[in-house]
Amino acid sequence: MTSVVLELNEVAKRFGDVEVLKGVSLTLRRHEVVCLIGASGSGKSTLLRCANLLESVDGGTVSLFGQSLGDPRVSGDLVRRHVGMVFQSFNLFPHLNVLDNVLLGPVRALKRRREDVTDEALALLDRIGLRERAGEYPERLSGGQQQRVAIVRSLAMHPALLLLDEVTSALDPSLVGEVLDLLTELAHLGTTMLIATHEMNFARDVAHQVAYLDQGVLVEQGTPEEIFSNPQHESTRLFLERVR
Amino acid sequence: MSTDTDSSEETPHLLSPRRHVLFAGRRGLVASTVSTAVVLVVIIALLYFAPGGVRVRASYFNFHDMWVAWNGDPSKGILAIRDGIWTNVWMFLVSEVLVLLFGLALAWTRITKSPVLLPFRVLATAYSDIFRGVPVLLVMFLVGFGLPALYSNLATVPPPVFGVITLTLSYSAYVSEVFRAGILSVPNGQLLAARSLGLTQSSTMRRVILPQAVRTVIAPLLNDFISLQKDTVLVSVIGGVEIARSAQIYQSTVFNESGLVLAAGFFLLLTIPMTRMTDRLIARDRERRLAAAR
Repeated sequence: MTSVVLELNEVAKRFGDVEVLKGVSLTLRRHEVVCLIGASGSGKSTLLRCANLLESVDGGTVSLFGQSLGDPRVSGDLVRRHVGMVFQSFNLFPHLNVLDNVLLGPVRALKRRREDVTDEALALLDRIGLRERAGEYPERLSGGQQQRVAIVRSLAMHPALLLLDEVTSALDPSLVGEVLDLLTELAHLGTTMLIATHEMNFARDVAHQVAYLDQGVLVEQGTPEEIFSNPQHESTRLFLERVR
Repeated sequence: MSTDTDSSEETPHLLSPRRHVLFAGRRGLVASTVSTAVVLVVIIALLYFAPGGVRVRASYFNFHDMWVAWNGDPSKGILAIRDGIWTNVWMFLVSEVLVLLFGLALAWTRITKSPVLLPFRVLATAYSDIFRGVPVLLVMFLVGFGLPALYSNLATVPPPVFGVITLTLSYSAYVSEVFRAGILSVPNGQLLAARSLGLTQSSTMRRVILPQAVRTVIAPLLNDFISLQKDTVLVSVIGGVEIARSAQIYQSTVFNESGLVLAAGFFLLLTIPMTRMTDRLIARDRERRLAAAR
């Protein structure tokens, strides 16, 4: 099945005078992993935020599951219940313990009963080896553990699409691996993901498509093979040389 | 290549002949005990042997007068401080609850970006400017005499009720600023994370932003409450009979100030535990921040 999950069509976004996205088009199908690469400030984060209505677009259309997000009847809260997002700086809730971080979405957004979802939340924590730490507060965990909890917190909502915004950029180099391993596992399980990343080896390994963004323009897009081994554009080539 | 800064063979000497083992060291128990005792003795001696010491003790620290002021004396029209206390206590208890609710509502109104609330946002801003700028005493007069003038059926309402209204009006303006600062101090990522889980704006506020905001502002909040508790005495200017008023009646009847000292003592009894607690919370918060920054 190749049903389209997310479709961006000529999306433009402006912050004041700055054009952050200049007509970006991108399609993401079910079970597909697309990696967005590009320098900081190229518009990767903004693009992700337009996909879950944290930002509205100034031009073009964003469609989720075939429905245009420009429709005024679309509720951002409903969109975000189906589209998870993980951030560079984890953003775990420091006043809640690990388990309550994971439960907040199902209990408060989906109005599920706590007893009904606790087992599943614990099972998710078990998957990342942190079940024993369920009662602890985030500040007691390492960066890598916090980020894995943040990913699991998104998964607890059973998102149809997961957006990941440079989720390893704030981590000690030694902790990057455990987070990328989890993402790789999710990719193999068929999780639909749009991933902004600076980890080129990871992108090469798990992405079905890689898209290169430069100053708000999607310069080129293709399989990892095409982008990394045979980039068509000069700017892509220069970028890849710089990050290598 | 030698980088030695000291080529001599001599061991550096670290013990100072001017430091005695009893007064040095981190504990310095002897040192602190001695200095506390000296300071106390000096203060007491200064007060006790002051030229007017005897007179002051008789008129300010007379335990018999305190006892009479405490119990009151209906035959001389002296009101009991004992009874006045309850006016202050219920006034600040009720005011504090109202201030929390109203202050939070004001803060929320000023922060929210909903276009429907625009007029309220302007009003809330004007409100906090006005009530932070006008002395509580003046507000007390304006409310205490103004409201009954506006609605004549309010003339029978006891003054402490107007006192509660005044304190709520004034202190909500301060507390709303405290709440606002607390809410704005929560990192934006918290909002983004909560909204990304599909939480509504109000759920995000209630479950994620406010719990963190309150934690950071608890100390300044308690500071405002200490101040509010003391300002309950201002109700006396619109005819409210409370602790300070009772003490003052005693003073003007018997010409002895011991009742005023008793009243002051009551406020210390009330506020010192709270100031101590506030300081402890501030220290704890500081420690936590330092730990988090590490």
